[in-house]
Amino acid sequence: MQRTVVGQRKKRYDGLAHVTGETRFVDDVFIPGTLTVKVLRSQVVKGNIRRLDTSAAASLPGVEGIVTHKDVPNNAFGLVPDQPVLAETIRYRGQPIAAVAAHDERAALKAIDQIKVEVDEEEPVFDPQEAMKPGAPKVRPEGNCYMYGEHPCRKVVFGDVEAGFKEADHIIEGEFRTNPVEHAPMETQVSLAVPEGKGRLTIYTVSQSLLFHHGLLTGILKMDKDDLRIAGLAEKALHDWKDDVHVAFRSGTVGGSFGAKNDIHADHVTALLALKTGQPVKWRWTREEETLYSTHRGGWHIRIRDGVKRDGRIVARQVTSIRDAGAYSALNTYVVDKHCFMVSGPYSIPNVYVEGYCVYTNKTPSSSMRGFGVFPATFACEMQMNKIAAQLKIDPWELRLINAYREGDQTPTRRVLDSVYLIETLQACAEKAGVKLPDRLASMTSEKREGAA
Amino acid sequence: MPTLEFRVNGRDHRVEVEIDSTLLEVLRDKLRITGPKAGCNTGDCGACSVLLDGILVRACITNALSVQGGEVITVEGLARSGKLHPLQKAFHEHYGSQCGFCTPGMLLAAKALLDQNPTPTVEEVKEAISGNLCRCTGYVKIIDSIMAASKEMSKREAG
Amino acid sequence: MKKRGVGIAAAQYPTGLAGGGDVSQAYVKVNPDGTADLFIGSVDIGQGSKTVLAQMAAEELGIPYEWVRVHNQGTDTSPICFGTFASRVTYATGNAVVEAAREARSILFEVAAPSLQATPEALDAADGKIFVRDDPGRSIGFRDVANMANIFMKKMIVGQGLFARDHSATDPDTGACDPFCTMAWAAQLVEVEVDTDTGQVEVLRMVSAFDVGGAINPMLVEGQIEGGAVMGMGAALMEDLYPHYPTPEGQPTNLNTYIIPTAVDIPKKMESVIVECPSTAGPYGAKGIGEMTANVPAPAIVSAIHDAVGVWIDEIPVTPERLLRALEKADS
Repeated sequence: MQRTVVGQRKKRYDGLAHVTGETRFVDDVFIPGTLTVKVLRSQVVKGNIRRLDTSAAASLPGVEGIVTHKDVPNNAFGLVPDQPVLAETIRYRGQPIAAVAAHDERAALKAIDQIKVEVDEEEPVFDPQEAMKPGAPKVRPEGNCYMYGEHPCRKVVFGDVEAGFKEADHIIEGEFRTNPVEHAPMETQVSLAVPEGKGRLTIYTVSQSLLFHHGLLTGILKMDKDDLRIAGLAEKALHDWKDDVHVAFRSGTVGGSFGAKNDIHADHVTALLALKTGQPVKWRWTREEETLYSTHRGGWHIRIRDGVKRDGRIVARQVTSIRDAGAYSALNTYVVDKHCFMVSGPYSIPNVYVEGYCVYTNKTPSSSMRGFGVFPATFACEMQMNKIAAQLKIDPWELRLINAYREGDQTPTRRVLDSVYLIETLQACAEKAGVKLPDRLASMTSEKREGAA
Repeated sequence: MPTLEFRVNGRDHRVEVEIDSTLLEVLRDKLRITGPKAGCNTGDCGACSVLLDGILVRACITNALSVQGGEVITVEGLARSGKLHPLQKAFHEHYGSQCGFCTPGMLLAAKALLDQNPTPTVEEVKEAISGNLCRCTGYVKIIDSIMAASKEMSKREAG
Repeated sequence: MKKRGVGIAAAQYPTGLAGGGDVSQAYVKVNPDGTADLFIGSVDIGQGSKTVLAQMAAEELGIPYEWVRVHNQGTDTSPICFGTFASRVTYATGNAVVEAAREARSILFEVAAPSLQATPEALDAADGKIFVRDDPGRSIGFRDVANMANIFMKKMIVGQGLFARDHSATDPDTGACDPFCTMAWAAQLVEVEVDTDTGQVEVLRMVSAFDVGGAINPMLVEGQIEGGAVMGMGAALMEDLYPHYPTPEGQPTNLNTYIIPTAVDIPKKMESVIVECPSTAGPYGAKGIGEMTANVPAPAIVSAIHDAVGVWIDEIPVTPERLLRALEKADS
């Protein structure tokens, strides 16, 4: 049966709404009486709050509510629940301490100014390499490396890497760094929380993970899940919308994310303030907040040691990677997992030994970003491939083609691969680029290796 | 509070504004014209771009009172009597919009260009939209869309 | 002096959550007028999931794309979805949508079968018609069947679909686990021009080949490839959130100091090849490439810089400053 819709260059479902300006993003939802939120962020990098006084701020005109760590029912969230919504212990500069809901931005900012904080400062550590050393200042009481079972790192051990090095004709080493990168979605974090009476709350969220964040939020608020509705999108609000909402193309959309909206950044604070004030509250992050204090792709330091045969076959790869997680786990433990599972690259290497460290430092927590740990893995692996090619004077296409995964190969995590097509994808790229591969390479396929089971 | 009188998308408005209100705040918060977006509020991303008396401006760094008596066009004012502007049509057909957040500003930057230069080169298009950031598309299909609209508009002109 | 060089990179990317256990659900409702409502819990963050999921529902139901409406109202009415991450929505939610649409369609086939004097199994649907597969001339309008079923036969034309993968625990000693649904593959060639006086790198050409398994919408696939290419180029050459890493000193605070690519920075020429090696269990063979498109450019660009000037720079971004320092060091 020939397909009539799938495979076609259909126009974007919400494209018409985008080009007419009809698409409603969360910030485009207006509910009468909505309060504006501003957050007090720590100027200090590390320490314990000795005194936190919000009384002067609370009595200012226009201020409807202030929340601090005392107002958070369960002040620890995350995949590894280690991050407070509002801090009592400061672990990075910019960490939220208190949040104000006021009639307008001016009043909210004035109140933020009037909150008194005194912090007993402690020595921070910024460099993951330093943080890993014994005696380093502790970012977290339980230690500066996340523990994977008994190990301070994620390990992937496949074959016998030492035997592989012995078998190799060349040992080629590389050391790579990728600096932190910000997602920079055009829409910053926005959240609008609306109390619906009887403890019910509707949150207009930019979350890219409704179910996951729903679980995290209910954990923070200790509410029954039924009482918390995250409206994924700003469509069909029941409030002050005119009768022009019924057009189906107007379903709301997140204004870009790239992993930036995979962690809760604003919904917990608006939820707390909406519940406290009984009024709708909206918090839109400034670009400065987004740049400095939202999650980002954390820094990486990767060392690779490869054992390579004369003909270019890689027979052993040892990798040590360090991920700068910043002050909290966020999704970093998982990012490191994915990195370790993928860092040997799309190549069949019989002996692999990987250690990936998730290290805490006194910086804004990093977390997921498009590529999720595989971005630095691909950088390091492919740089290494080109270096091997240069050193052994093998064509870089050939080096990849002869090492490429084939159908039925096993990854270092013991997954047996199917629908393997790297060789053909390389050939397609070469062809498009006008690179003429020699016949022996052009005729290769991803079929099972000879002698493979 | 001072009063601002100006025209937006063919309609006259009279609003009370603070002396430091920006045009973007007035459009979005007072008039509920939400096409222009607040992406940075420092004039760097272009998501708030509108036409003021035919000239491309960043609404987020334009003082509201400075547009007294002026005429503003936002994305909502591009379609005429229910018919899409050729740029809107082209952006829809050529996938010039992904998340859509930059699209309203991008369309006005493109309109400002085509109003001045109906048949731009690719390089001129790139230059004209270089103050409007997009994080989704890599700009390729945005440029394609503008070139297609230019072609369509010249065809109409000729016909 | 301006020097040119070429570099390549290849990549793999896993579709689906590394630890498994992720769920996506979908419901499809067919209305008396033949249009369909598709309910999902997956968020469209701009990548176009509403579009490709609507295409899949339309394909399976046998109706035009324009007849499908997509809804993701929120957690109280939407089916469950873990989230839009791990390049999983086309694959995972797509599988749920296909299953849901097929279930709804099977109800319509039962209703249509007697009028077409055929068994439900012998029927097919496309373009708003239900017809006998071996004798397409024997057909009935999808709308007529939907109306008949809903109103006269008192049937509810609703289908539900589910994608769920088993949780896969990781062995802490060996790393053994099943960390993905399927794997996508990529290759890229990049040509750059390096200005050895200013340290500026211009990307002249980028040729990308991505194995997407099955392209549900080639235009959207190109959109991902192009967008990822430019984001990857930004990370390779421009973007640095911590200029004095690892310390947080001198951080950019805005888009005038955190510099991302603008339209004038993109590669002069970009070409994409969509390769299709169907995955065994993805909808129409689809694999996820949303994230990996941003992974390939950095090593290809940095290797092209080496090809141009003979210096390896092992740290990104390769800002003009970092490049000039590397050239200086190589000279001395």
